[in-house]
Amino acid sequence: MTDQNLDFSITLDGEKVAVRRGETIYEVAERHRKEIPTLCYDPRLEPFGACRLCIVELEGARNPVASCTTRAEAGMKITTRSARVEMHRRVLMEMVASENRDLDVPVESGYASQEMATLIDRYDARSGRFIGEKSGASRPDDPNPFILRDYENCISCYRCVRVCAEQEGDYAISIMNRGFETQITTEFGGHLKESACTFCGQCIQTCPTGALGDLKSLARKDIPGETESTRTICPYCGVGCSVDIQTRGDQIVGILPAMDGPANEGALCVKGQFAFDFVGHPDRLKDPLVRGEDGELHPTDWDTALDRAADGLRGAMDEHGRHAIYGVASGRAPHEAAYMMQRLIRAGLGTNQIDNCSRA
Amino acid sequence: MSNPLVDMEKPDVIFCIGTNMTECHPVAATRIKRAIAKGAKLIVADPRKIPLAEMADLYLPLRVGSDAALLLGMAHVIAREGLADEEFMAARTTEQAEFLEHVAEYPPEWAESISGVDAKLIEEAAKWYGAADRGAIYYTLGITEHICGVDNVQSLCNLALMTGNIGREGTGINPMRGQNNIQGAGDCGALPNNYAGFQPVTDPANQAKFAAVYGRETDLELGPTKVQALDMCGDRIRAMLIDGENTVVTDPDRKHCEHALKSLDALVVIDIFLTETAALADVVLPATAWAETDGVCANTERRVQRLRKAVDPPGQARPDWWILNELARRMGFDGFEFESAKEIFNELCSLSPIYAGLDWDRIEHGEYQWPVPEEGHPGTPILHQEEFVNGRGIFQMITYRDPAETIDHEYPVWLTTGRRLASYHTRTQTGRSEGIDYLLPEETLEVNPGDVADWGLEHGGWAKLSSPRGSVQIKVEATDRSPRGTVFASFSFNNVPVNFLTGGGYDPVTDTAELKVCPVRVEPV
Repeated sequence: MTDQNLDFSITLDGEKVAVRRGETIYEVAERHRKEIPTLCYDPRLEPFGACRLCIVELEGARNPVASCTTRAEAGMKITTRSARVEMHRRVLMEMVASENRDLDVPVESGYASQEMATLIDRYDARSGRFIGEKSGASRPDDPNPFILRDYENCISCYRCVRVCAEQEGDYAISIMNRGFETQITTEFGGHLKESACTFCGQCIQTCPTGALGDLKSLARKDIPGETESTRTICPYCGVGCSVDIQTRGDQIVGILPAMDGPANEGALCVKGQFAFDFVGHPDRLKDPLVRGEDGELHPTDWDTALDRAADGLRGAMDEHGRHAIYGVASGRAPHEAAYMMQRLIRAGLGTNQIDNCSRA
Repeated sequence: MSNPLVDMEKPDVIFCIGTNMTECHPVAATRIKRAIAKGAKLIVADPRKIPLAEMADLYLPLRVGSDAALLLGMAHVIAREGLADEEFMAARTTEQAEFLEHVAEYPPEWAESISGVDAKLIEEAAKWYGAADRGAIYYTLGITEHICGVDNVQSLCNLALMTGNIGREGTGINPMRGQNNIQGAGDCGALPNNYAGFQPVTDPANQAKFAAVYGRETDLELGPTKVQALDMCGDRIRAMLIDGENTVVTDPDRKHCEHALKSLDALVVIDIFLTETAALADVVLPATAWAETDGVCANTERRVQRLRKAVDPPGQARPDWWILNELARRMGFDGFEFESAKEIFNELCSLSPIYAGLDWDRIEHGEYQWPVPEEGHPGTPILHQEEFVNGRGIFQMITYRDPAETIDHEYPVWLTTGRRLASYHTRTQTGRSEGIDYLLPEETLEVNPGDVADWGLEHGGWAKLSSPRGSVQIKVEATDRSPRGTVFASFSFNNVPVNFLTGGGYDPVTDTAELKVCPVRVEPV
């Protein structure tokens, strides 16, 4: 960032730092790698100021202020960590911990699922000092195969409600009641399928406690091995969303949206999020097949199949000329497949008898 | 797309026509929803009351296949109301005087008589788009899958040219591409008229350029399109090599298509499943799937991105490029010694002016949108900023034509086909992913509740759907999404093979099938 883009400065933990007009204290602090804890914050959403964990000391103010909702103003003197705010944060985390049935949830639950547990450990908040009322009633009755709705682990941060409205524009999730009675729900309180939910999975990925979880990934949590993440592009429509495929050994255990994906910036749809298990499906072709004299297709090795295929194509060409062969490239395979298909037709046969599947 | 996806949040007027974006490009649609939340106005033209139409500030329920008439009516109003951008037209276009004269012939009342859309709504839409500071057009196959698909696209270009809504942030003509690498297949030269990078095969200079690398000259004549090739099967075409396309289910007029493929001396199919098409082949070659293959793809905004291998393929499956390289070698062709996807992609970049500034390593983070004419070039998120590829934008004098087949006494109902959110194309992938069936277990025919009653159908009951080419049985769903006299089904389910019915006509320029219009008869079963 160059200085021209910066409008004024504040003092952050004793250091003078430049600020762009409109930035919140949290955003400035984040830019300077300060570790301010949050639970209701998702950088893609409007600041909400519900969890109060991001409080910081503002010189001249009697009480700490929420850094996510307070705009930085010229000359502010901010302390991101003091004995007082750390004590506040610990008490808040102890209260949060008292509210939920489980503090530790499987990492397969979703992208942000470890946020609460991580902070509970950081603030040593498993003290059990508070015996909280448990808020939220889970919905094990919802038979949908994608989204776990375990509201007994909900802390009412409303990230799911807000991501559904602000990011996805579906407004499928709403809030009923207040305080310990707070319940995340849908219109008419039914199953997700009967609501405006499109099963894009964004609520799962922003949930910081695992109250909402990825059921397909959770079903694969016992597959042994180290989880590896591979960045690629979704195999469905032409939007080109970036995803991180989660694998253990040779099995895909889930899909995470890439928050820095240029086309999607963290968004996905039901297909990109959940329709991945065609890859290891038993129906996959494992061997080349050639049609036998019995009229059926039989598995064989590559040499046999490639020779049969080459002979068939070559035979048509020898008998009827090079214009007797036509190639159709895929709109689903990578560039290299389409390029090689047209190269075979053009460099091999010298014709333009090549197309792809875009006309139908 | 002329403009990047991020621009979808920037227009003040958005005009969506023939695009069911919330179902077919859901993540792109989230950007439109955000634009609306920020105050953008949304105009939606579609025969069906799709979810996007429910969100629209102005909904134009046009009769299937009448887009060109609607767009002529809009151009008329923009000209009449003085909303045309004279400065832009003078600086950037040709034929503008002739165009303004041409559209003067087509008032909105005329457009209403063809499209069925109230002339007042057409006027309103024209005024909104015409007066927009940033007006952006988004379309999909609802525009192109007609016998007048090219006319429809050019009609949209005319609107953008006459209002100067092109070449700037938050504007543009933006087709949403439907498959993860359908843009890339064209970029790579898998087209009968162009080498890689859209270099015409009819230009001897291109012939010489490619011959120098490929080791032989390629014909200067255009090849037939796939549609024409299917017509030639058993005659001039004796063998076909098909990679990853379930032709018999996706293409129109299934009976004709199956007959064509069966009449070949040799059919070789490369795929990941034994699709309905692969089942007809003499040889089926197993390819690696998504998540098993290293490679490159290009999205709808021309962004060139890396695909990466995460798991090993099953059994003997191999990458498509390896299979094609081996096949070429065994057919006796020289110059097929490729050993990696990287080597192939780099050859493509060396031959394609729009990829000239790219190579395998440079696209690691996916920040480039083509054209990238030389190394160090930042890419081109917005096309046509200073000038058009051909210099000036040329207005086209489009007139309205009826669809290839129109409703009559025997086939009195319009059928239009499309896709649904939870299933993808012929369900080879989504149909084999757990849970998808919970959302979409079967295909249904969407019929207006009034028509359900009038035609003696029942919600949840069965109907027979017939066209001159065949008939299928399908379950009936009564819904207001369908207007009176128009029904909808997707072609995703092989047990409801709707493409036995379609195929009445093709665009004379592109050979794109008129999959969006098919007169049918609907009878209770």
